[in-house]
Amino acid sequence: MKVLVTVKEVREVDDEFEIEGTEIPEQYLEYDLNEWDDYAVEEGVQLQEDGVADEVVAATIGPERTEETIRMALAKGADRAVRVWDDALEDVELLDVGAKARILAEVVEEEEPDLVLTGVQAGDDAFGATGVALARKVGYEWAAVVNHLDLDADEGVAHVHRELEGGIDELTDVELPAVLTIQTGINEPRYASLRGIRQAQRKEIAEQSLGDLGLSAADVEGELELTDMYEPETESEATYFEGDAGEQAAQLADLLRDAGVVDA
Amino acid sequence: MILAVAEHRRGELRDVSLELITAGRQLADDVDTALHVAVIGGDVDRFAERLDRDGVDVIHTVDHGEEFNHGVYEQVTVQLVEELDPEYVLTPNSVNGLDFAPAVATKLDLPLVTDAVGLTADDGTLTVNRDMYGSKVETAVGVDADQAVVTIRGGDWAPAEGTADAEVRAFDAEVDESALGSTVTGFEAAAEGDVDISEAEFIVSIGRGIEEEENLPLIEALVEATGATLASSRPIVDNEWLPKNRQVGQSGKVVTPDVYVAIGISGAVQHVAGMKGSDTIVAINTDPNAPIFDIADYGIAGDLFEVVPELIEEFGGEVPDV
Ligand SMILES: Cc1cc2nc3c(=O)[nH]c(=O)nc-3n(C[C@H](O)[C@H](O)[C@H](O)COP(=O)(O)OP(=O)(O)OC[C@H]3O[C@@H](n4cnc5c(N)ncnc54)[C@H](O)[C@@H]3O)c2cc1C
Ligand SMILES: Nc1ncnc2c1ncn2[C@@H]1O[C@H](COP(=O)(O)O)[C@@H](O)[C@H]1O
Repeated sequence: MKVLVTVKEVREVDDEFEIEGTEIPEQYLEYDLNEWDDYAVEEGVQLQEDGVADEVVAATIGPERTEETIRMALAKGADRAVRVWDDALEDVELLDVGAKARILAEVVEEEEPDLVLTGVQAGDDAFGATGVALARKVGYEWAAVVNHLDLDADEGVAHVHRELEGGIDELTDVELPAVLTIQTGINEPRYASLRGIRQAQRKEIAEQSLGDLGLSAADVEGELELTDMYEPETESEATYFEGDAGEQAAQLADLLRDAGVVDA
Repeated sequence: MILAVAEHRRGELRDVSLELITAGRQLADDVDTALHVAVIGGDVDRFAERLDRDGVDVIHTVDHGEEFNHGVYEQVTVQLVEELDPEYVLTPNSVNGLDFAPAVATKLDLPLVTDAVGLTADDGTLTVNRDMYGSKVETAVGVDADQAVVTIRGGDWAPAEGTADAEVRAFDAEVDESALGSTVTGFEAAAEGDVDISEAEFIVSIGRGIEEEENLPLIEALVEATGATLASSRPIVDNEWLPKNRQVGQSGKVVTPDVYVAIGISGAVQHVAGMKGSDTIVAINTDPNAPIFDIADYGIAGDLFEVVPELIEEFGGEVPDV
């Protein structure tokens, strides 16, 4: 069976940064493979190592720069990748869930995987919704926030645990084909080996435009617009302990003694 | 009208359902319309009584099944929307909310905005406030559509109070059982283990700032010297450096100690959900913009590897070599 893993290159904001309009300027940003997608890739690669999957394909929507991130997924064991990008996407400030699902749905329809693994959420936009939207779009079954997967390929069922609030797991049987959104902690993502990194250089990253997928700019415009970006309001005015580490520690020690939680 | 879909689990309405009413009422006032609440499955009549709070106009009960099933919730919500034609559909931004709201939005081809912390409507435009970049910034998102699906963050609106005299209507949904492709077979609780951190009065909690498992003895020495209870953020547990019963947050434990010292923890919303009820919150973090400082009473903008050894010495403890 075939597994498709969606991977996003996420933007991470430096400790010190500024906001310009509705953007954080490039110099304050770093890029990385989305944490949740790292676990999704690992889950796919493990299915292949266990002989359950024959092929693991990574798919991303992102500009050329994201190839570096895609290569990480390939270095960890994905067989090949599809990268969707288009000039029309360049101008979209906030790619909403509907647009992402429309694009990824075309990739799924072309690849026809039995199982799609996405992350629970992208660390930057944090919609937490693309996987389920994609499933509905392509008519696959789905399960959100999966922290345990036991795949019965013969029966065509994924036995999953969905991690609910408060440390309760819901045990669910999901018919294949399905989209599962993968939660951190489901496995232990590997580091790419040197050999893996070398092999990844030779693996295929197929580039697709919206037109290649039968989509147009109108399909990705979406109805959401980022109108403002600002620093969140603070709920409490924190008192900062000043001085060097020793002085800061002394003030904190006094606080803990005064609060009566430490006797020493 | 605004349609809010309540959430319950294992026989109990979840708190966020009452918060949803407050958010929904505010939005309904903005658009000058009615607030309808739907409750799907379980003991719907008992749930309807609890949902009958100030601001609710109509409660739709859908007596189908016991527990949450995303297929049922999707089908029923779609039928409610088709029947009632609400402007906005609200659901909790919970694990189950995120298991069906995106499907409803996709099915009806409506825009979806998740994890709202603020909602305003003005002249047919909805503005949703939500976080990005691990809560380092907040944004306003304009939704240019007559209808939309919005999921709201738990704990951000006060639970609705009082009693209304809402009309309760049994909604006769047609659920196509053959279209349901997933079946809930049970529930499982995480093992309790050796300690119950939710009972602790003084917690020292460690996050990804500790970098390596080899550095944990530093925190253990602090715990030893102060008599604190050790807890952590999720990545520490994901990495299996500490057992699950030490995890604070949405998918871990909710704690309410006298003092909570967060060390190398950024303050992601799912972590904060588990500790914001602490009396006094202290944060130690190298990043002065870490969101944890937004809820902290005291802060040290500094390096834990410098501060923690000094703190151990303050209490006469032994600083390990890490
Ligand atoms: C459905 C769902 C449920 C979740 N449930 C939970 C939950 O129950 N609990 C939970 O915690 N998370 C939960 N999360 C994960 C959450 O989103 C965050 O990823 C997580 O809380 C981050 O943990 P952290 O703060 O330790 O790590 P990071 O966000 O990586 O933060 C590390 C911090 O350490 C600081 N730091 C680095 N070096 C140092 C140093 N030398 N000294 C001092 N500070 C330093 C950094 O500045 C940074 O702020 C959940 C996520 C999802 C999607
Ligand atoms: N631009 C993208 N390219 C590929 N996959 C994506 C993209 N955006 C989101 N996803 C996938 O959808 C998941 C959830 O993202 P989100 O709904 O944006 O929080 C991510 O973990 C990815 O697996």
